[in-house]
Amino acid sequence: MTQLALVIDLNVCVGCHACVTSCKEWNTAGAAGPMGDQNPYGADPTGTFFNRVQTFEVGEFPNTETVHFPKSCLHCEEPPCVPVCPTGASYKRKEDGIVLVDYDKCIGCKYCSWACPYGARELDEQQQVMKKCTLCVDRIYDMSMDEADRKPSCVKACPTSARLFGDIHDPESVVSVAIRESGGYALMPEWGTHPANHYLPRRKTRIKIHEDELERADNPLKVDRQLPKPAMSEPTLDDVTTW
Amino acid sequence: MHPAFSVIFLTTFIGAAQGLFLALFTAQSYAAFKLLPQPDSQAFYGWGSLLALALLALGLGASFFHLGHPERAWRTATKWRTSWLSREVIVLPAFMGVVFLYGLAHWLDWHPVLVTLPSGLPVDPTAVLGVVGTVLAFALFVCTAMIYACLKFLAEWHSPLTVANYILLGSASGFTLAAAFAALAAPELVGFLAGWAAIITALGLISRAASLFRNARLKPKSSLRTAIGVKHPRIVQKAQGFMGGSFNTREFFHGRTVAVLRVVKWGFLMGVFVVPLLLLGFGLRGSAEVLSLAFAVQYSGLLAERWFFFAQANHPQNLYYQSIA
Repeated sequence: MTQLALVIDLNVCVGCHACVTSCKEWNTAGAAGPMGDQNPYGADPTGTFFNRVQTFEVGEFPNTETVHFPKSCLHCEEPPCVPVCPTGASYKRKEDGIVLVDYDKCIGCKYCSWACPYGARELDEQQQVMKKCTLCVDRIYDMSMDEADRKPSCVKACPTSARLFGDIHDPESVVSVAIRESGGYALMPEWGTHPANHYLPRRKTRIKIHEDELERADNPLKVDRQLPKPAMSEPTLDDVTTW
Repeated sequence: MHPAFSVIFLTTFIGAAQGLFLALFTAQSYAAFKLLPQPDSQAFYGWGSLLALALLALGLGASFFHLGHPERAWRTATKWRTSWLSREVIVLPAFMGVVFLYGLAHWLDWHPVLVTLPSGLPVDPTAVLGVVGTVLAFALFVCTAMIYACLKFLAEWHSPLTVANYILLGSASGFTLAAAFAALAAPELVGFLAGWAAIITALGLISRAASLFRNARLKPKSSLRTAIGVKHPRIVQKAQGFMGGSFNTREFFHGRTVAVLRVVKWGFLMGVFVVPLLLLGFGLRGSAEVLSLAFAVQYSGLLAERWFFFAQANHPQNLYYQSIA
């Protein structure tokens, strides 16, 4: 079994929205398109996107941290949006686990969007069908592209390599290793949807320095009091004068 | 959630129609056992079925306004194994068909005895169609309610009380309508139907009040902590990724103040339960005007009740859309 997924590293995402624009650019012209915009240059523009980058502030000033949070369909392993679809337009592919919408079968009843706790689905106002991330299914199998290009458009666009793409059921894939070794987690685990997409947490590099690493507690000269004890402010020579 | 008027009209119209059909067949069953006088077949059952059918057609018509592609609506009958919406789409026309045949059989006074029960009670086609229609009416109530009750993320809906409310409130409005209709078509049944309408309305008040009580005490399972996976008690959204609206900001927010919700809640409690109960009490003697007013008030109240039902449901996706920028 294959389950393709994205792993998004919140530690390196800088919130540049390059994934948002490249997603829209590729998909509005691709098999999932068009992704219509309404009133794009007016006061209240709106439109269909498969991917959004949101920003959250964690903590209270001055101990705050800004978290940029890319959000798209998580391609759940137990997708709650699929069984509720009355027409079968929403489906999960057996071969690679991608959750897709058949735009020719969708009646635009919006029920699947109610059944998604993540708000990953958006009704296209122009086409009146439900749309969502396809993991660029029209790119990743396109043999006319270089192998390096057979990745979702957002992954290709990310300037900080915050987005990884691969099969989370293959234990040696780059995504599985990242999830396993860098603390990858799923969103809203309380609903049992088992999202395929995972997020890597913010990480801080800290070193723990113990006091005895600064001061040689076991220095025999010091223990035997054979040398005078210099003041803290004086220069020291290890094993000659001691601290 | 943003209440959609297509769905509000759909659920209230078909609920009243189902209740009306149940009222017709209840009266027929009582009459068969000689517990009630037999009303005129055409005037009461025939026209009554037509009224129910008209309400079902109105509801079905309203439902199409909810769809982006109504011309593909026939496809919705395909996934009945998993989708309550698909099941509703199958049961609704089936119920309409049975109501039509039931009305037709009464209209044509078609009462050949098919079987005689051991008690000596003759069974004619209208009795068989009535039983089938009753089963379908309840099945349709369950399907409609389960569309909402099966969504576990929407805690306000995810409860057996949702199913109880749909059954009781639909039946209450249908019995009230039947009482008003009987005041014109079969005055001898008014007391019986108005009495049952009052009993079902009172039961509906109990179950709806129970769900209001339950919903006021719900603790949301999801929070921003689980939504973005950061363990910190203070997380504030600074940007949702766009300045204008999106489907997510339109479909899942009702955009009204808490005060409006409170007014609607007390409005529907008065309109669905208190005022109709008083009017049904006054109408027991058979005044068509009072009973019609009772139905008009109760139906309007149900529109408010359904609006509140949708508005009160708080979708977890809203956690991601708390601040524009």
